[in-house]
Amino acid sequence: MLSTSLTMSDLLFLLHGAWVTLQLTFWAMLLGTIAGVVFGLLRALMPNASRPLGWVLDAFRSVPLLIQFVLFNSLKSIVGLDWSAFAVGCIVLGVYSAAFCTEIVRSGVLAVPMTVRRAARSLGLTYSQDLRYIVFPMATRIAFPGWLNVVLSTMKDTALVMWIGIIELLRASQIVVTRIQEPLLVLCIAGLIYYVISLVVSRLGARLETRWQEND
Amino acid sequence: MIEINKVHKSFGDLEVIKGVDLTVDKGEVVSIIGGSGSGKSTLLMCINGLEKIQSGSIRVDGTEVHDKGTDINKLRQKIGIVFQQWNAFPHLTVLENVMLAPRKVLGKSRAEAEEVAVNQLNHVGLGDKIKVFPGTLSGGQQQRMAIARALAMSPDYMLFDEATSALDPQLVGEVLDTVRMLADDGMTMVLVTHEIHFARDVSDRVAFFRNGLVHEIGTPDQVINNPQKPETIAFLKSVS
Repeated sequence: MLSTSLTMSDLLFLLHGAWVTLQLTFWAMLLGTIAGVVFGLLRALMPNASRPLGWVLDAFRSVPLLIQFVLFNSLKSIVGLDWSAFAVGCIVLGVYSAAFCTEIVRSGVLAVPMTVRRAARSLGLTYSQDLRYIVFPMATRIAFPGWLNVVLSTMKDTALVMWIGIIELLRASQIVVTRIQEPLLVLCIAGLIYYVISLVVSRLGARLETRWQEND
Repeated sequence: MIEINKVHKSFGDLEVIKGVDLTVDKGEVVSIIGGSGSGKSTLLMCINGLEKIQSGSIRVDGTEVHDKGTDINKLRQKIGIVFQQWNAFPHLTVLENVMLAPRKVLGKSRAEAEEVAVNQLNHVGLGDKIKVFPGTLSGGQQQRMAIARALAMSPDYMLFDEATSALDPQLVGEVLDTVRMLADDGMTMVLVTHEIHFARDVSDRVAFFRNGLVHEIGTPDQVINNPQKPETIAFLKSVS
């Protein structure tokens, strides 16, 4: 009953899948965060001029990720771009998370009280000094928990890239399941790996937050 | 010298200042009293350009505050302002709060800025709190930090916008003592305040604001002890 045909190499195969998941998450979040910061600042500081940008990002937030993967992958083939499936995965996930990061950054910036910004300006700080020394640091603390949420959900959303042919953690476990026919065990292991990754990320985040909170 | 001439200020359709004239001489302490909505806080914001005006003029040492060519950041260096909500920068320590503007605006070195900041913090009685974050201070202490932060720029003028209104009653005294100390030092100040007794003690002149205009102005003795206009009398009766 407790015997299993799961081999060591199956386990390594799963771990390799987990490594791909981590890489996808890293590159997607790097792209998503950089774009999200830029777009979020535009949305917060120039709400009227950046309204069209808001519409575009709304589309990315609203259309299911799976559809975006398939559409972008087809588009890639139509246009004839010679990009790897991995690059496509990173870009689609990156744009998707950028759309969420934008809103998080925007709300963080808008949450900095106007009165505090006035106090900064009243001391003679310029608009950009106010942004740099007051708004950014305060907004970062406000936005961080929301950003961490996006990291975790992006990490799990990477599972969808299997539809464009990348073998990440979930796809790897499916392959193993097909071979050894023990879905319960394999999916438990895969779930555990996802859980451990999330736990590490959220613990690191919590530690950073406590360090900030000691100051408040 | 602060010269305010026929200033009009509206928020949308609502005109809150309707042609105010007021001059504050060097070394003078002028208190502005009046009901809420009378335009007194808004006027302070207009003096250092945090709010725009629709017409009229405000000159500080001869410089037109609302002129397009005026370097407003430079002008603000000599006009300190303390707000009702003390507006500490929560991510910086007390010392860093006070050091920020001397370093970034005046370009002082870290050591110079720290010396100025420590002096000012000692001056307002926060010498033992320089390493802590503002969130751990009481309202009165945060407000005194805000005063030190403004003073660290060595301003020629200090504006106080209801600096004690958001404080617990037992904390009001320590902030008023700090303001009184500045008055004794000869600082030119405009105080928007609800503390009538304090205004009477510390001011050279008191202005009673009503409906966006200076309704009555004079020495504390004239305006507070012997008000002439019925509205001033009614207001003083309502707050005492």
